[in-house]
Amino acid sequence: MTQRTDSGASPGAEPSLSPVRTYLLNCGNSSLADRAFGALMLVCALSIFAIVILILVELITGSKLAIQKFGMSFFFGSAWDPVNGNFGALPFIYGTVMSSILALIIAVPLAVGVAIFLTEMCPAWLRGFLAFFTELLAAIPSVVYGLWAIFVLIPLLRQYVDPFLIKTLGWSGIFAPPNYGIGMFAAGVILAIMILPIISSLTREVMSAVPHAQREAVLALGATRWEMIRMAVLRNARIGIVGAVILGLGRALGETMAVTMVIGNRPEIVRSLLAPAYSMASVIANEFSEASDELYLSALIEIGLALFIVTIIVNALARVLVWAVTRGAPVRGT
Amino acid sequence: MASTTAMPPPLRASASNRVLRVVMNHLATAAAVGSTILVMAPLIAIFAYLLFMGASSLNLAFFTQVPKPVGEVGGGMANSILGSGILLAIASLMGVPVGIAGGIYIAEFGRGKRLANMVRFTADVLNGVPSIVMGIAIYTLIVVPQKHFSALAGGVALGIMMIPTITRTTEEMLLMVPLNVREAALGLGVPNWRSVLSITLRTASPGVITGCMLAFARVAGETAPLLFTAFGNQFWSTSVNQPIAALPLQIFVYALSPYDDWHRLAWAGALVLIVLIVVSVALVRYVAGRGVLKGAS
Repeated sequence: MTQRTDSGASPGAEPSLSPVRTYLLNCGNSSLADRAFGALMLVCALSIFAIVILILVELITGSKLAIQKFGMSFFFGSAWDPVNGNFGALPFIYGTVMSSILALIIAVPLAVGVAIFLTEMCPAWLRGFLAFFTELLAAIPSVVYGLWAIFVLIPLLRQYVDPFLIKTLGWSGIFAPPNYGIGMFAAGVILAIMILPIISSLTREVMSAVPHAQREAVLALGATRWEMIRMAVLRNARIGIVGAVILGLGRALGETMAVTMVIGNRPEIVRSLLAPAYSMASVIANEFSEASDELYLSALIEIGLALFIVTIIVNALARVLVWAVTRGAPVRGT
Repeated sequence: MASTTAMPPPLRASASNRVLRVVMNHLATAAAVGSTILVMAPLIAIFAYLLFMGASSLNLAFFTQVPKPVGEVGGGMANSILGSGILLAIASLMGVPVGIAGGIYIAEFGRGKRLANMVRFTADVLNGVPSIVMGIAIYTLIVVPQKHFSALAGGVALGIMMIPTITRTTEEMLLMVPLNVREAALGLGVPNWRSVLSITLRTASPGVITGCMLAFARVAGETAPLLFTAFGNQFWSTSVNQPIAALPLQIFVYALSPYDDWHRLAWAGALVLIVLIVVSVALVRYVAGRGVLKGAS
């Protein structure tokens, strides 16, 4: 953006046979400045690749020590003992995966329900408001969700929901006392609340990409509205919906602050979902600035590296699926 | 379109089958409406709570004083607000020009090229990378060589997070500018770079600016990448080379503290953050809804 202004006038030549635009681009004394400008823009665009590579290189060099010492057993060991220099990431991986699965179980049916309501049933005036509202929720910082969870959600869970779950499902051992309020289940619930807007707005986008002719065809065959939604909308949009769900999963896996505030931060694998647990992102958040020796730090960075690679894969997959639908790929007939 | 009873039944449908289908239809409708209500309830509760708790805790001291030591009532988050301002200024200085330039490349130079598609895809993927991972990368890149936490490191971490968002919104906004506008500029003999900057970008500027605000609002609430880059600070600090306080960091610390007075401050801080975000999201919708290209043709 620092090029000198060449005198704007290019020699007034007659239009040649080539398209006007290409001609104008290549003629005159401004072509040097144009090329420089184009190159500058290209460099900035390439910086996005540079960022990804930079992160990867930094993480790999930072975690070299732990990778060399523990190898793959790092991901299967369940001891987390900074004092004796023994590190295994299994409790954190379990916590991250389990809380994300819980979040998906809670969020996906609700998100699809909301998307169906918004695209197929909602009056127009309400739709604008609800769409705006969900967009807003996607922008709320996770520390604010965490704050709300600590003071509103946790007491609610501890007093009403958890005792109920223990009473009805306690026999399975999945919901067993002691009941602290904080713990894996609370993390799953707050994650569900956080990823709901993302999943439902993407699902909505995918569903509105289904051509109207499909809906009308099914209705014309005498289907009820629900049958129309099931046969025409959900069936055609299913790939995109899966993409939206995976994108939500990506968010849930990497979510840090809100989870750190409610999960309880105890590196144990316990059957009961009401027990405190720990996640990959929250162990980094809590222990990184206190990590005293090199190995400890490098073990934490390795957890970060694993998180980075997994979220990259998950997000790439989700984007491909969503694009396949919203970009107007041929819709399969039912 | 929604009527269910007027339709003739399919060939083999018995009466009970038809009843079942109608019941199913109503059940599905009820489920969709119910889930919408179920989803909206906690979300509205979050907002209501924030407004209620935040508004009752906000006062002048919040904006003018630094945190009081443990046990003393009062104090504010003035240093955190200033710190967040400094961090966001560094982030914007870095993220906004690079992000806009990246968007210009995709929309103006790389249209349809494979490279541009790859940049767009990578930007989308980068958007989903957990912010705490950015924090680690910046820690090993800046904090370790410097040997101490600093506002610079925090600002760079936030700036990197702004780039993909701004690139994508800029691209989308530029694509809305009709091609004739560009051709008209070129036809008048304006050099291409000049036409991009003063015609295309200018036409799309309301959209681009609000896109930047959206990215700004997103990183304004980021806590995780600041934990071990900016680190936080209980005192006034304006030095780029020193640890600095930030609003979301302070909310995090106060929310986990055992003191009621600090909880109060956390709510007030959260409200300030949310107001910033709501305003920018509303602006984006307003501009996008009104049509960015009012003066285009």
